Amino acid sequence: MAQLDTAQKLSILADAAKYDASCSSSGGKRRSSLGGKGVGSTTGGSGICHAYTPDGRCISLLKILLTNSCIFDCHYCINRRSSNVRRARFTAAEVVTLTLDFYRRNYIEGLFLSSGIIHSPDYTMEQITEVARSLREDHHFRGYIHLKTIPDADADLVTRAGLYADRVSINVELPTRSGLHVLAPEKSETRIETAMGFMHSAITDGADARRRYRHAPAFAPAGQSTQMIVGADTASDRDIVSRAAGLYRRFDLRRIYYSAFSPIPDASAVLPPSRPPLMREHRLYQSDWLLRFYAFTPEEVAAATDPTTGMLPLDIDPKLAWALKFRGQFPVDVNTAPKEMLLRIPGLGPRAVQAILQARRWRRLRLEDIGRLTVSLKKLRPFLIADDWHPVALTDRQDLRALVAPPPRQLDLFAG
Amino acid sequence: MQVVRLNREDDYDGWRDAARALAAEEIPASQVLWQVGDRATDLFAATALSRLPEKTLTVPKDFPGLAHSVVLHRDPHRFSLLYAFLLRVIHQPQALHDRADRQVNVLRRMQQSVGRDIHKMHAFVRFRDLQDGDRRRFVAWFEPEHHILRATAGFFVNRFANMRWSILTPDGSLHWDTRQLSEGPPAGKSDASGDDPVEAVWTRYYAATFNPARVNPRAMLKEMPKKYWHSLPETALISGLIAGANRREQDMLAPFAPGEPALSHSP
Repeated sequence: MAQLDTAQKLSILADAAKYDASCSSSGGKRRSSLGGKGVGSTTGGSGICHAYTPDGRCISLLKILLTNSCIFDCHYCINRRSSNVRRARFTAAEVVTLTLDFYRRNYIEGLFLSSGIIHSPDYTMEQITEVARSLREDHHFRGYIHLKTIPDADADLVTRAGLYADRVSINVELPTRSGLHVLAPEKSETRIETAMGFMHSAITDGADARRRYRHAPAFAPAGQSTQMIVGADTASDRDIVSRAAGLYRRFDLRRIYYSAFSPIPDASAVLPPSRPPLMREHRLYQSDWLLRFYAFTPEEVAAATDPTTGMLPLDIDPKLAWALKFRGQFPVDVNTAPKEMLLRIPGLGPRAVQAILQARRWRRLRLEDIGRLTVSLKKLRPFLIADDWHPVALTDRQDLRALVAPPPRQLDLFAG
Repeated sequence: MQVVRLNREDDYDGWRDAARALAAEEIPASQVLWQVGDRATDLFAATALSRLPEKTLTVPKDFPGLAHSVVLHRDPHRFSLLYAFLLRVIHQPQALHDRADRQVNVLRRMQQSVGRDIHKMHAFVRFRDLQDGDRRRFVAWFEPEHHILRATAGFFVNRFANMRWSILTPDGSLHWDTRQLSEGPPAGKSDASGDDPVEAVWTRYYAATFNPARVNPRAMLKEMPKKYWHSLPETALISGLIAGANRREQDMLAPFAPGEPALSHSP
C-alpha cells in the first residue's frame, strides 16, 4: 500500500475519532502566551467552539486518534480488530505540527487525542503522552489538551499524562456491566472504574497541593469526563440516569457525554437491530442537566420515566414530564416560592430563576415580567401564579399535556 | 439641547465623563444629543457641552460593566438609553439587578448581543499565514456586528503573543508585532486574501469529523449563522456534505438486511 501523507491520515484518523461526543474545552485555569515562547491561552471559563459541522456538533478541539489500529474487538467500535476499515498511524511529530498549524490560524482551542490500543496499554499511553509532552515542553504550547487515558496503563504513565493535560477522560462505554460484557468482552467495568477512581484522587490531590504550594504542578485542572453509548445494550433511561448519578457522585466528573449509536461502515452483526432515535440522546442530556443544575435527585428523574419501560418520553422534555406527573406541586407562586420549586416550573431555566429571585426582593412580579425572562409563556402559564395571574384549575385538565407539549414537527430536529 | 461629541463609536470614557456631568446637573435624557466624531448636527438650539463640573456620582458596582458592554452595541440610541437608565439607577439602585424590568431587559439584551458577538469573533476569526518577506504574518478578515474590535484585542494578544498578526475589519484594523498593538484604518476583504495551504488540510478535517448519519443543519445554523460564513473557509463544503450525507448513510447500511442498521462507536 502506498505511503499515506499527513492529510490522508488526518481524514482516516479524524473519521475514526468522531464517535466520541466529547468536544468541550471548558474549565481549567487561565493561561496566556504573553511572556512565553509559543502560542496558546485558555480562558478558564467555558471553552470556545470554532466551527460547527452540518451534524450540529461543535469543533473546539482537533479530535483525532493517534492510530485506529486496535488489539481490542469491541463490537460497537469502528476501529475494532475485526473491522476492515483502512488503518493509519500518526507519528507524534505529525500530530504536534497539525495541532500548531491549526491553532495558529485560530481553527481550534487545542487537541483531543485518543488512540486504539496497540502492542500494550502502557505502550499506547506512552505514545499519547509523548505528543502532549512535546507540545508543552518543546513548543511551549499553552492551549487546551484533552487526553484519553487507557484504563490498564501504568499509574506513573497516567500521572504524567495528567500533568500535561487540562482534562483527562476514560469512557465507561456502556451503561451496564452486562452490556459491556457482551459488546466489549476485553474491557472490564471494574478496571475502568478503578482507573477513574485513581484519576479522581490524583485530581483532588493536585488541586489540594496547589492550594498549599502555588507552584505545585496542576494535574488535569479541568477534571475528568466520560462517555456512555446509548441504545447498544438493553439499559433503559432509568438505568442510565442512575448510573450517571453514581458516576458523578463517586468520581466528581465534570461531564458525562451520551452518545446514541450511529451507523458506521463495516459494522458488527452482534449489534442491536435498530438505532436509537437521536432524540433519546437529547432527553438524556436534559435529564443530566436536571441532576446538575436543577437540584433533581436521580429518583425524581427516574419518576419521570415510563413505569413499565423505564424510558423518558421522547415528545416532551423530562422536566415537563415530571411536572405533568406531579401536578399537585403546581401552580408555583413566583413571588413566594423557594428557589427549588421555581426550578421545577417547566420552561424556567436557572438564569430566569435567579432573575426572579433578584427582582422579587424589591417588587412583586406580574406575568409580563416572567415573559421577559423566557422565550415563551405558553408552556409556563399553567404551572405558575403571578401577581396578576392565577391559572384556572389548568393543572386538573385532561388535555394539559397537549396544551403544553411542543408541536410534533419539532421532533424532526433530532430524528434519526 | 446639549450636544455631547464622543471620540469614537466605542468611546466609553467619553460617555461616562459626559454622563456624570449631565447627571450631576439633572439634565433629562430628552435634552441630550449624543454624537460620534465630527458629524454636523442639524439642531439649531444645540449647545456643545463644554465645562464638566467635577462631581462624584454613586452608582451600583455592576453598572459600569453593563455600560461598558452596551456602548459597543451598534444601536445609535445606545448612549441615550444608557444615560436615561443612569438617571434612574441613581435613585433606584435595585433596578439594575431586575432583569424582568422593561428598561433593564432592553439593556441586558443589548449587553448579551455584544457578548455573543465578542464570543463569536474569538471563535470565527480565521488567520491566513501570508509570507511577508521571510517573516510570517497571520492576517484575518472579520465583520463584527457591533463595535467590538478593540474589546477583542486582549484575547488575541494573550493567545497569539508570539505571532505577528493583523485583524482587518470594515471599521478598522488591529496589528500586533509580538510587542506592540497598533490600530489602522478600515480595510477590505481583499486585503486579507492569499493562499495558505493549511486551509485545505483544515477543510479536509472539517469534512472527516462530520457524521453523515446525524445531519442537523438547524443546530449548526443556530450557533454558526450565515452572517459569519463569509470568513470561514470550511463553510464552502457545507452544501456538498449535506447533499451527500444521505447516500453515505445508505452505503453504510447497505450490507445489512432492511431494518438492521449497522451501528458503531469509537473508544
